[in-house]
Amino acid sequence: MSYFRAENLSLHFGGLKAVDAVSFAVERGEILSIIGPNGAGKSSIFNLISRIYRPTSGRIFFEDQDITEQPPYDIARLGIARTFQNIELFENATVLSNLLVGRHRHSTTQLWQELLFLPSVRANEKVHRRRVEQVIEFLDLEPYRDKLISGLPYGVRKVIELARALCSEPKLILLDEPSSGLNVEETDDMSFWIRDMKSELGVTVLMVEHDMSLVNRVSDRVIALNYGRVLAMGSPAEVQRHPDVVAAYLGA
Amino acid sequence: MLDFVQQLVSGVALGCVYGLIALGFVLVYKATEVVNFAQGDLMMLGGFFAFTFIGMMGLNYWVGFAAAVAAMALFGMLAERVVVRPILGYPQFSIIMATIGLGYFLRSVAGMVWGTDDFKIDTPFSQGVLRIGSLVLAHDKLSVIAATVILCALLWLFFNKTTLGTAMRASSENMLAAYYMGIPVKRVVSIVWAISAAVATCAGVLLAPITFIHSNVGLVLGLKAFPAAVLGGFGSIPGAVVGGVLIGVIESMAGFYLAEGWKDVAPYIVLLAVLLLKPEGLFGLHVRKKV
Amino acid sequence: MRFLFKTDYEDDIRLFPHSGYIVSYGLLLAVLLIAPYVLSSYLMSQLVFVCIYATVGVALLILTGFTGQASLGHAAFLAIGAYTAAYLQKYNVPFPVYFLAAGALTGLIGALVGFPALRLQGIYLVIATISFAFIVEEILARWESVTNGNEGMRVKAVSLLGVTVSRDSPTFYFICLAVLVLTIVGTLNLLRSPTGRAFVAIRDSETAARSMGINVALYKVKSFAISAAITGFAGVLFAHKLSFISPEMFTLQLSIEFIIVILIGGTFSLHGAVLGAIFIVMIDPFLTYLKDDMPGIIAGVAATFGAGSATAGNIQSKVAAFASLNGLKGAIYGIIIMLFVLFEPLGIYGRWLKIKLFFQLFPLYKRATFKRQKIYVKSERNR
Repeated sequence: MSYFRAENLSLHFGGLKAVDAVSFAVERGEILSIIGPNGAGKSSIFNLISRIYRPTSGRIFFEDQDITEQPPYDIARLGIARTFQNIELFENATVLSNLLVGRHRHSTTQLWQELLFLPSVRANEKVHRRRVEQVIEFLDLEPYRDKLISGLPYGVRKVIELARALCSEPKLILLDEPSSGLNVEETDDMSFWIRDMKSELGVTVLMVEHDMSLVNRVSDRVIALNYGRVLAMGSPAEVQRHPDVVAAYLGA
Repeated sequence: MLDFVQQLVSGVALGCVYGLIALGFVLVYKATEVVNFAQGDLMMLGGFFAFTFIGMMGLNYWVGFAAAVAAMALFGMLAERVVVRPILGYPQFSIIMATIGLGYFLRSVAGMVWGTDDFKIDTPFSQGVLRIGSLVLAHDKLSVIAATVILCALLWLFFNKTTLGTAMRASSENMLAAYYMGIPVKRVVSIVWAISAAVATCAGVLLAPITFIHSNVGLVLGLKAFPAAVLGGFGSIPGAVVGGVLIGVIESMAGFYLAEGWKDVAPYIVLLAVLLLKPEGLFGLHVRKKV
Repeated sequence: MRFLFKTDYEDDIRLFPHSGYIVSYGLLLAVLLIAPYVLSSYLMSQLVFVCIYATVGVALLILTGFTGQASLGHAAFLAIGAYTAAYLQKYNVPFPVYFLAAGALTGLIGALVGFPALRLQGIYLVIATISFAFIVEEILARWESVTNGNEGMRVKAVSLLGVTVSRDSPTFYFICLAVLVLTIVGTLNLLRSPTGRAFVAIRDSETAARSMGINVALYKVKSFAISAAITGFAGVLFAHKLSFISPEMFTLQLSIEFIIVILIGGTFSLHGAVLGAIFIVMIDPFLTYLKDDMPGIIAGVAATFGAGSATAGNIQSKVAAFASLNGLKGAIYGIIIMLFVLFEPLGIYGRWLKIKLFFQLFPLYKRATFKRQKIYVKSERNR
């Protein structure tokens, strides 16, 4: 059985078929990219996985467990973290507390313990803090630790979102256009980090991306979508040569 | 049965006043996403202006009415310019607080200027009644209903058939985009406040024969108009009036058929029930954020 | 300017980042502890009200400032706490028991209000809480067998360990102060643990909070319950301080006053809740002062600047007439709220931070540091 699997996933808004009977599987430890023109349904697939939308039909499996009906907050608890296309950070909080929110799925303390800040809470906090520091080091975020998000530039925010997802120690991470809005250097950094995430942290990556050079550099496999349907699936080179994909991009 | 119709008509009449205040809320909210907690107080002030013109200066009813509407339209623009415009674009909650402050201020000033007594305006409809069989309908109540229908029709035409109305709808969707498209957003907002204050004045003047005008009337009725606007979905002009009428009818029926005390809370109970079942109101659109 | 070098994860966790905090808060506590033996009984009474208002302010801050859920119904929670205390006191329930019971009951009702509030946003939530408060007010007025209706209820003095604690005694003040301090410490503890961070996450982006594994509904209900419970505790003290409660004390006006507490103090800080409480409680003595002494002072000033005694007397009577106008308090309230929203959106505490930073960075301070960002796109409607 595959590590993560989507079967016949569909999402219809009235007559519009945003996602139409899409099936794919992600193997443990691989980097799978989803490409496609605007409006092809790439982000919708992510929103279906993280249960922001409810699928019209189809099922989603993760580690052989059916997660189609799980409440949204349970998805993260199972070990699936995500980033957002347009950045959804907690604006009026510091970088550190943003990252600590990423640790939420590992918190075990009860409300009354927290009100008294018992030693167990303190011990837990220190563990969280140490984990967060590891991620900060991994992504070179040291200069921003105590800064408020609202004052940071876009490129840094993008990295912080990635960091927040990593803080939850995910098994599978969903990256929604990790390079959008980044300059060439920042995109380079991003590609290194994505590969390091796979090799050093052992995270499986599912990624939606427009920048083909990034896709080529990091992906093990690529899925091309158009009008909510799968056009092609395979290695980056295969998919880019596929006639349907060429047609979709060049508009033939 | 007769009682029922009688109650229904007075409920609808009262509801129309709520609806008119709610209409003011909705206009401002639609154009600027500002919830104006001082709307009821604008109505109160309008009523006092009309009272000053008609009752104290002895002007003709219609002249005084028009003068009060004009004066309040100017006042609405002034309030927008001084209190709301500097904080437009800040979190909704700040703006709500500013308008609450404005309401406090207007109530106290009205109390200082006109005193805290009740006032009554004599209108051409104060006396007459319409008899249909054994049904007796007071002219003042019918006049409120008629005026509401006319005002709504005018506003609907204005919003859907004039360029200015289209500009208002555009800036309500996205102020920045409208501004880039060459719509003078500031002037549009200013006009919206003028219209909303004018509508509030109409409500105040029409209300005067039914209840009295006093400095706290705006608070009391404004808080009834809120449920009306929410029932209607807070973004819809017909919704506001329908919501107002519903609240008015519920209140008047509860006052007649249920034990004492229900009259005041019934609208709120209905409101909570509606919000539980349909959080975006009866006519509201459900929009969700795109991520 | 002091630079903090962090060498341990503890540095991010502890409540007092450096020794200066311990000194200044220690001094403050010492002053508060000797206050009842120094201040006049009138000022002590006001100080008790400051404690109660600040407690409610902190409660409201948890819900509105940190979780982002507006409420204009906190007077109702205060009323539930007060009435629970008054009712249980009639049956000779000891103070500690009914104090806790009032908090627990109010917290439970807060949670029940929280459930319907889950689906509501912004203005709808404000109106729902207003409606809730109206309904509570009406129930208090009508449920005469329990609440004694509009007649109101008498509340006897606190009886603690067999000793009667009069509402004007230093001991009662210490109880109120202790409740406030415990509330603040508890809130600070919450803010440095997962629950507090979840609240802030919900305030800033529900979508992201959900995707990080936060059960948004559960935490909103928790926030409502905590906020209501604290307000319930404050309600017990409020009832004892007033020694008489009736439904018309817990109106929308009071809920608005609570909002003013956090608005004027500064919406994002606990300091703000306390400063705002001081402000709102002291406005009454200030107005009294205005009424009694201002006319004389202004006339005195006019006289020094060469006005004849007749003119000075004239001015004095005019000012006196103005100061005793009905409803002046309301107007001043209104103007204060508007001025704060317009010119001091970060509240008194924000002003303090600005002044502090000005001297720390002198002469490099720039005004733009605290500038708010305007968002003209319609973001709040579809959140």
